Amino acid sequence: MNILQSFKMAIKSIWGNKLRSFLTMLGIIIGVASVIILVSLVNGQMNYMTEQFSSMGTNQINVNVSNLSSRSVTVDEMYEFYEKNQDLFSQMTPKISITGTIKNGTETLTDTTVTGVSEQYLEMKDQTLESGRFLQFSDILSRQKVVVAGYYVAWDLFGGVDKAIGETLKIDGVSYKIVGVISRQNEDELEAGGSDDVLYLPYSSAVRQTNSANVNSYVFSTADTDHTTQAKNAINSFLMGIFKDQDLFRVSAMSELLDSLNSIMSMMSMMLGGIASISLLVAGVGVMNIMLVSVTERTREIGIRKALGAQKRNIMQQFVIEAAVTSSLGGVIGIVVGSIATTIISSFMGLNATPTPGAVLISFSVSVGIGLVFGYMPANRAAKLNPIDALRSE
Amino acid sequence: MAEPLIELKDIYKIYQLGGEEVRASDGVTLTICRGEFVAIVGKSGSGKSTLMNIIGALDVPSSGSYYLGGEDVGNMGDHQLAKVRNKMIGFIFQQYNLLPKLNLLENVELPLLYSGIGTEERKEKAMESLRRVGLEEKWRNLPNQLSGGQQQRVSIARALAGSPSLILADEPTGALDSKTSRDVLDFLKQLNKEGNTIVIITHDSTIAMEAERVVRVHDGKINFDGDVNEYSAIL
Repeated sequence: MNILQSFKMAIKSIWGNKLRSFLTMLGIIIGVASVIILVSLVNGQMNYMTEQFSSMGTNQINVNVSNLSSRSVTVDEMYEFYEKNQDLFSQMTPKISITGTIKNGTETLTDTTVTGVSEQYLEMKDQTLESGRFLQFSDILSRQKVVVAGYYVAWDLFGGVDKAIGETLKIDGVSYKIVGVISRQNEDELEAGGSDDVLYLPYSSAVRQTNSANVNSYVFSTADTDHTTQAKNAINSFLMGIFKDQDLFRVSAMSELLDSLNSIMSMMSMMLGGIASISLLVAGVGVMNIMLVSVTERTREIGIRKALGAQKRNIMQQFVIEAAVTSSLGGVIGIVVGSIATTIISSFMGLNATPTPGAVLISFSVSVGIGLVFGYMPANRAAKLNPIDALRSE
Repeated sequence: MAEPLIELKDIYKIYQLGGEEVRASDGVTLTICRGEFVAIVGKSGSGKSTLMNIIGALDVPSSGSYYLGGEDVGNMGDHQLAKVRNKMIGFIFQQYNLLPKLNLLENVELPLLYSGIGTEERKEKAMESLRRVGLEEKWRNLPNQLSGGQQQRVSIARALAGSPSLILADEPTGALDSKTSRDVLDFLKQLNKEGNTIVIITHDSTIAMEAERVVRVHDGKINFDGDVNEYSAIL
């Protein structure tokens, strides 16, 4: 008797007990579907976050310093350091935040992120202009009261990109002239406090407006992302020479953040997958239970088959294959259900999550494996039945 | 004398039942030749079922030797016993023992399936076997769509399918009314005339009278073995 016939027999027997087979499969279906849904959603979330981080610039190193009156670093000193390490860094900007309301006549914005930056900032952020120009070195030098607006600001305060150019707005009471508008960042929605609700002005003007002695934040972009650690070390040792205290400054690379985020997410993915696979294990016990019942019910059939010359391995094969077919059918249905559910859920959550081939492959092979492992014990019991006793059973 | 098919010598089958020793076969020696039609008769508990299990290669004796068609069946393992059952013995049971979810053809195919015959040949042989019992038209039916007599004919077809050396019938008429019993017995007689060796196990002496030779078992021993006419004389 060959394998093909065992498969035919298994399918016949599964079909002959539709309700029971379906209920047995249900455990597998739920298990496989939940593994796929959870792993896919976590992966989708991970991709989303990675994307978000990449748009913030994975090649960037943020530097925060706490300037004291006795120990401090000036913008000029930072630029000097930057010039000396051109091989490590491609761009640099001081960064200074201003809080305050933005006004155009009676229109007011309160959630806008206002930042003083250098002329290199646009390039560092990998952004483009919708209209007008970005800040220029001359603006910085002469502390021009010019500003580059985000898409949201242009629309909300002025009713359009072209209407905004050349207009003035007030940041905390000081007038600035809009020289450029940055192209839209968030394609999905324009909202207050979002990535399009921003204003950039020369850092020198921002320093004057905030009356601060020094700039406390800097952003460097590395020339080569592979040398992030090296670049970070260079900044560290430079600042250590000035501050003599590790606690007075902080240097953090985005790529490191991304790495640790990735490892957290993949751990989460494994953990959730693991929890979901417990349900697969429970489903396996269900398969075993049903197969044991099936063996008991079919004792007479086994006796007849043995009397007619079935070998132990024929009986064994029959029951193991039946269990494996049941659970792998459940696995296939689970994969389909899981994939559909993933698509639906992710579209609700606004995620781009697709079932990963890995999750599909693993959950399918696990479900086949469950059939084989949990089908073995009942099959073995069936194969060992004594034909005389089996024939006598009713 | 024809060539011996079944050779039982000093067969003992001893069980331990609740600390007590039960001698289900207590020194049985019996030879059945090819072409014979033998009835093994005995009351329940006489040891005839044990004898049938041993002859049918479903069980092995505790001691003694059993040769079937020259092969030493008495000392075989499970694997070889299954082979012997498959190739050399055709079983007919009292309860027909057809598989309820398989159609007639599939039921008759079973022994051929386990002997590893290819699909084409298997279907052909099974169909031929069904034709011999006159049920080839109904091959698609399930067993429970047939009468008892028809089901028993299917089980005879199944027994014949593998062309076994021995047809072993365990109370073949036990579940049938007298008319269908008659049909089945006539059919077995006809098979015997065609050269098949047939052994019937029964508790019913009137059934045993249909055979040519009667072996009576009592308390695990043979206490009569002779021609059917001699048997009718002692009744």
